[in-house]
Amino acid sequence: MSNILEVKDLKITFDTYAGKVQAIRGVSFDLKKGETLAIVGESGSGKSVTTRSIMQLLSQNANIEEGQILFDGQDLVKTSEKEMQNIRGKKIAMIFQDPMTSLNPTMTIEKQIAEPLRLHQNMNKQQAAERALELLKLVGLPDAEKRMKQYPHQFSGGQRQRVVIAIALACDPDILIADEPTTALDVTIQAQILELMKELQHKVNTSIIFITHDLGVVANVADRVAVMYAGKFVEVGTVDEVFYNPQHPYTWGLLASMPTLETNGSLYAIPGTPPDLLDPPKGDAFAPRNEYRMKIDTEHQPPMFKVSDTHYAATWLLHKDAPAINPPAEIMARQKVYKEKYAALHTEGGAK
Amino acid sequence: MADTKEKILEVRNLKQYFNAGTKNEVRAVDNITFDVYKGETFGLVGESGSGKSTTGRSIIRLYDPTEGEIDFQGTQVHNISNKKDLLTFRRDMQMIFQDPYASLNPKMKVRDIIAEGIDIHGLASSKKERNDRVIELLELVGLNPDHASRYPHEFSGGQRQRIGIARALAVKPKFIVADEPISALDVSIQAQVVNLMMELQASQDLTFLFIAHDLSMVKYISDRIGVMNTGKLLELAPADEVYNRPLHPYTESLLSAVPLPDPEHERSRKRTVYVPRESNGEEEKLREIVPGHFVYCRESDVADLKKKKAAYYANA
Repeated sequence: MSNILEVKDLKITFDTYAGKVQAIRGVSFDLKKGETLAIVGESGSGKSVTTRSIMQLLSQNANIEEGQILFDGQDLVKTSEKEMQNIRGKKIAMIFQDPMTSLNPTMTIEKQIAEPLRLHQNMNKQQAAERALELLKLVGLPDAEKRMKQYPHQFSGGQRQRVVIAIALACDPDILIADEPTTALDVTIQAQILELMKELQHKVNTSIIFITHDLGVVANVADRVAVMYAGKFVEVGTVDEVFYNPQHPYTWGLLASMPTLETNGSLYAIPGTPPDLLDPPKGDAFAPRNEYRMKIDTEHQPPMFKVSDTHYAATWLLHKDAPAINPPAEIMARQKVYKEKYAALHTEGGAK
Repeated sequence: MADTKEKILEVRNLKQYFNAGTKNEVRAVDNITFDVYKGETFGLVGESGSGKSTTGRSIIRLYDPTEGEIDFQGTQVHNISNKKDLLTFRRDMQMIFQDPYASLNPKMKVRDIIAEGIDIHGLASSKKERNDRVIELLELVGLNPDHASRYPHEFSGGQRQRIGIARALAVKPKFIVADEPISALDVSIQAQVVNLMMELQASQDLTFLFIAHDLSMVKYISDRIGVMNTGKLLELAPADEVYNRPLHPYTESLLSAVPLPDPEHERSRKRTVYVPRESNGEEEKLREIVPGHFVYCRESDVADLKKKKAAYYANA
């Protein structure tokens, strides 16, 4: 699969009264055509900043200090605002978290869907209206002819998110960035929206960057997963690798702190809080919260260690001289599942 | 689980209608009855619009119930008619709100937000005591002492929610209505807060009404769970029973929609869709199918539900 997007060593800071906040501290990744990459992490870890930088929607006080964002070979960091307007909404579209506030309350749904079509695809009013209707049917809005003449307040949260998705898909974007698109929705509605997104991705072959903090949602939608912490990717791998064979202690903590329906007794909680990125720690940013930290963690930032061709993790525990340790029981159970599964896949001729 | 089954709260036939009597009448809570035992966590789950938050708000008398009775440790909450009694009642019952953005006064410093209850009830005899208590509470909820002199806008949603929790704990209440208290928090922080709530429950002898839509967390924290939909309590049972041996089709559809952090499970998960039944005139109400497990159903359903329940055990 070819890469539609390549982000190389991205560093972003924000000027604040207190000083420079180092929000993104060297992020590199690529996005393949037609895949869903989920970025997980806590608030403040830089997930949204990363994707907003792709859209060039960063606030005034943001500085891209270093790095490249290559979209179809074009570096978006160096692209002018005028050119960006031709990319944004057309080739790269975004779905925001809150369907209640991402629609214009004073415009009919039809007009809002038609807007990008008339802007980017030079459609006339009639054509745009027809396409808008098509899109609303595509996202499964019942009674679309009638509903497209209505205003956002006449729609429920799930319906609004369907409308937002219709707008995002209006111009058949190459990349769809979904920033917590289901966080504000009920579980049954969330399930519908996730099913819809997967179905549409299949139909139009869009690549999706899916930002969320819900690991259940990640397990559901992602082909690959990137775990972000304090402005860096700490682990990247296929969904099976990250869920069944996690290597980074932060990933362990995240997975173990979510109760499964079987969890009894005390829940594993990662101690402490994320570091202040005004003055990030010298070594591994996770070290102060890491019960497996070694001396080197407080001195040097770990590089990305290779686990497999698709799986990398930034933890000194993967260094050949690191002592062998036992991850939390919950994680060992997951790794056991992985080993069995992985062995099975190999005998089937290496399906993955 | 509560050792002694002493009731701390009794809700009887609670109705909370908005625009009652007009054509815009909304039956947010429609005749629900349940008890909460001392020291337990009672989870109330449902989707938006199910009436779970309204139920919580009626219980703490943020609304005046349309009908029904709420008995809290002998206090007839629905009958409280003066400010003094309401104040006394709320010293014992506090609330943690859903929206961490709307529930903190943006003009107040965190110190004063947390200490508001301490001030109202005169719980600190000196400025130092007040301040020490605020710092203690901040640390309890995972914030730094120097956060006390900041304003709400300087915090993330998760941090704000922790301020809200500290505020509720400030008056040392006996009962806390927690309305989606962790929905806005990060996963790692959710676990911290849930563990904290459970620790506090044990050490401070607290009882929780835990309102949420995150079913896995509700199961984890709750002793018993009530499932609400369109203002009605459809199922009420111990947490394990609701999750492992649900009887109402709505509960089953809700559980089937929850994504779990397990890719293999997600690939095979089949979602069932709940289709409400047409009324046939027969009375529907909460009926006890087996001891402790209640389902909103018709008299004619009871035999089938008993069989369904027995089948769970037979297949196990």
